[in-house]
Amino acid sequence: MKFGVIRFPGSCDDVDALQAAQRVGGAVLLWHADRDLQGVDAVIVPGGFSYGDYLRAGAIARFAPVMEEVAEFAREGGLVLGVCNGFQVLCEAGLLPGALLPNVSLKFVFRQVELEVTNADTPFTRACARGERLSIPVKHTTGRYYAPPDQLDWLEAEDRVLLRYASGHNPNGSLRDIAGVCNEAGNVFGLMPHPEHAVDALTGSTDGLKIFESIRADVADRGLLRVASSPAVR
Amino acid sequence: MRARVLVRPKEGILDPQGQAVERALPALGFSGVRNVHVGRLIELDVEDTSRLPEMCERLLANPLIEDYEIVDYESGGDGK
Amino acid sequence: MMSGSVPPPLTTSRHRALGLTDYEYELIVEHLGCDPGEVELAMLSLMWSEHCAYKHSRRLLSRLPTSGPHVLLGPGENAGAVDVGGGLAVAFKVESHNHPSAVEPFQGAATGVGGILRDVFAVGARPIAVLDSLRFGEPAISERSLYLLERAVAGIGHYGNSIGVPTVGGEIYFEQSYEQNCLVNAMCLGLAPRERLIRSAAAGPGNVLMLLGALTGRDGIGGASVLASAELGEEDEAKRPSVQIGDPFSEKKLLECCLELLDRDLLTSLQDLGAAGLTSAASEMASKGAVGIDVDVSRVPLRERGMEPFEIMISESQERMLCVVEPERVAAVMDVCERWEVLATPIGSVTSEDRLRVLHHGTVVADLPVHVLVDDCPLYDLEPIQPAIEAYPAPTPLLRGGETPAQTLLALLRSPNICSRRPVFEQYDAIVQSRTVRRPDEADAAVLALPDGSALAVSIDGNGRRVACDPRRGAAEAVYECAANLACVGAEPLGLTNCLNFGNPEKPHVAWQLSEAVDGLAEACGALGIPVVGGNVSLYNEAPGGPIFPTPVVGIVGKLPDASRVGRLGFRDEGDAIALVGEFEPSLAGSELGKLLGRPLRGPLPPVKANAVRDAREAVRDGIRTEALKNAHDISEGGVAVALAECCVAGGIGARVQLPADLELFAEALGCAYIVSGAEEAVARIGTVIGRVGGSELEIEGQLNVALSDLGEARARGLVEFV
Repeated sequence: MKFGVIRFPGSCDDVDALQAAQRVGGAVLLWHADRDLQGVDAVIVPGGFSYGDYLRAGAIARFAPVMEEVAEFAREGGLVLGVCNGFQVLCEAGLLPGALLPNVSLKFVFRQVELEVTNADTPFTRACARGERLSIPVKHTTGRYYAPPDQLDWLEAEDRVLLRYASGHNPNGSLRDIAGVCNEAGNVFGLMPHPEHAVDALTGSTDGLKIFESIRADVADRGLLRVASSPAVR
Repeated sequence: MRARVLVRPKEGILDPQGQAVERALPALGFSGVRNVHVGRLIELDVEDTSRLPEMCERLLANPLIEDYEIVDYESGGDGK
Repeated sequence: MMSGSVPPPLTTSRHRALGLTDYEYELIVEHLGCDPGEVELAMLSLMWSEHCAYKHSRRLLSRLPTSGPHVLLGPGENAGAVDVGGGLAVAFKVESHNHPSAVEPFQGAATGVGGILRDVFAVGARPIAVLDSLRFGEPAISERSLYLLERAVAGIGHYGNSIGVPTVGGEIYFEQSYEQNCLVNAMCLGLAPRERLIRSAAAGPGNVLMLLGALTGRDGIGGASVLASAELGEEDEAKRPSVQIGDPFSEKKLLECCLELLDRDLLTSLQDLGAAGLTSAASEMASKGAVGIDVDVSRVPLRERGMEPFEIMISESQERMLCVVEPERVAAVMDVCERWEVLATPIGSVTSEDRLRVLHHGTVVADLPVHVLVDDCPLYDLEPIQPAIEAYPAPTPLLRGGETPAQTLLALLRSPNICSRRPVFEQYDAIVQSRTVRRPDEADAAVLALPDGSALAVSIDGNGRRVACDPRRGAAEAVYECAANLACVGAEPLGLTNCLNFGNPEKPHVAWQLSEAVDGLAEACGALGIPVVGGNVSLYNEAPGGPIFPTPVVGIVGKLPDASRVGRLGFRDEGDAIALVGEFEPSLAGSELGKLLGRPLRGPLPPVKANAVRDAREAVRDGIRTEALKNAHDISEGGVAVALAECCVAGGIGARVQLPADLELFAEALGCAYIVSGAEEAVARIGTVIGRVGGSELEIEGQLNVALSDLGEARARGLVEFV
């Protein structure tokens, strides 16, 4: 299986995402200006400060040529994971509901937090158990999840909140402690915490690996496994 | 035409920047200040002002969380 | 000098407005054989400034040892570099940005980080970590210092986080002495394959000089504005920003672009533009390469209209680099730059004459011999005189003096210089690039994994108050303490960078402090065999009340063989034996408790036995590497009681120890002693067993017994109300 990690000008955690993905499969970098997704099975929109967070975080990146392809890929059911700035890009692009606002503290916060898996029945969380706790770091200034109350009710009713900050661990004032949500079709997932920074016992926890493993398992199930040498098929 | 777009957080959305400013002013001796909100100003020279709302909807503001207001100016000169 | 004639009287004091003395101006005239033109005067005034020429410190700095078996780049390059094995080199340096930070702390600190990052990637290394060493006035009494602290931290975070380089460590001190002169020193380390390290020496007459990066504006021109031909009115003040604004996004693109250019072997040399902008970059490149350079300022892309040639030559606009490219490679360079959205402009060429010439639309507006710009600035000997009385007033006492040991311990843990820095380091991304094995507060040094399974360790240290009490020993202590921090994670030092933050060196007692401190650094570096690979000097940090504490700040980079065997700060398991390692004869001179009690700032500091320091350091280092030790923490500010408390809090477990009756709980001697724990045989082999890990209190028999939760709470509370 092959992951594709988007690189915008200003992406910071792209290489980290690439290295994390390479622990469960193959992975390539996808340049923002190229329209070629190189036949990947899953797309990761990584963390960082694409376009310097100018105007609004993710507001400019969402118009990159590669994002048009990602939108098409998502429409066709492809798996898309947005981490931190990636989550912001996906919300700005309308691929996910809601928006990310400045942290209540108005400060950048870097902290290892505990998350609760609220839906383990998705391509992104199937390697976890419902109610399981994951230890994953956050690092952001603009991570407060917001959606209008009726939209939040609807998200919860449809079980589209996949991860919540455990009690006492909400670092940014996200409404209803929401850490990550998915779209209606369940194939696009965005979260503020950084699973790619929780894959190696040497540098922290390994709980984040479960998200990558979930994606790999889902891709395998769909029969879309590709061997690195075979030509891409769409 | 020199246009100005004011972008501000939507009513009802928590605005910690506005709150921080509102808290700081009394400490400096300014009383009687309420309802502070912090937004953004975008200035641009534009040929076709009829396209401004679309620019706002698509890029300059995020309609989910922000309101925008277009202020037109007469063409020419440095307004102040 | 025109022979047989008396020099004409100086009819203009322009040079004085630019900071040149009459003597220096006369020397310039003598070297040139005539008065310098406007542009030349502007260039010379900056190249001959203290900041660029190190007039008062260069002779002193030659006392520092600079050679070592691993050194690849030494002082004088954009950054120093050492070989770390596996075909890799680590480049690193520390620099100050003190005065800009006092003016505008957010941008001052941010551009300080930006500048040191550029110095590192200018030698071809990818920046992999930043550390910052900060000093402010007392937060409890100074709104201004609180403001500076908050904004400087925000600025460092903004720049480092945005550009994707982790801030992995640092230190903060609060002393009345820094109230008017805050200190912001930023250190950066970068990683490069050995073959990618590049020097700044320009080479190849006929080669093209190219400017990469941001547009050039009027940033940083400041005092040189006296040279402007047009009178600018008050409303035009905005056109002369004294504050440089940093743009980390712009620098991120510049960084990736430069590293790709180097990977593709497209550059002959590379230099970043820092203080004195194009003037210093071009001068240094020409001087090192023993060539000349022509710069055509009319080709420099500008951000402002109507900029004069002298403004273009001395502008300090950020996020720009200068490079030399062979003519047949220019197109390829432009291609790479275009992909990264980095502006690239040919602005001149390398020549075979030994001159720096500035052209403007075909006219030569400056033509100077390179050596006059770079080498001929006079160097001044200091006239050090030891002060007869204490140079600094005693601090205001915060403790009465009748406190119990337990109360004293809690007061120290809560004090701004010792308490937890969590409110600060939580504003920094410490993990981007996925190398960080030890984050802030996990160990005494930051640790970063290398691809071959080994790891780098880095720490930055200095204590101005102790140096004020005893400059020679205090400076030496900074080196010993920094090396001790590395030993606590199992690392061996490879090289050192230093920033000397002092007052006005023309004053005899400051000259004495500087001279003594440099000798202390030299002595300690020699004793431990650590070469100085580069550094920075910041002088004239004075207020009407007098100079700041003499503050040499030391950063050391080291290596350890196995990234999975790295030391930790905290105690681990119930029953582990605790030992005191090293010869420890502390006193209250220059100590934190001395400060809280309002004691005068008076030396001497405890003498250091170099052999004992070496033995202790090696024993701890090896104990960590073999996993014989479960934790290691050097005893520093606050003495042995504070060190024990810190080990308990970090480990979340108590301890019960018995100390020799004559060992004062809070007395200090830095860099020579450690608290370690592990199996009894292991720790007894290298130190004196003093007790055991366990329980939920710290008990020092016969002296104090404090609950772990109280220790943690006192330590955690310290900065929270301030940040």
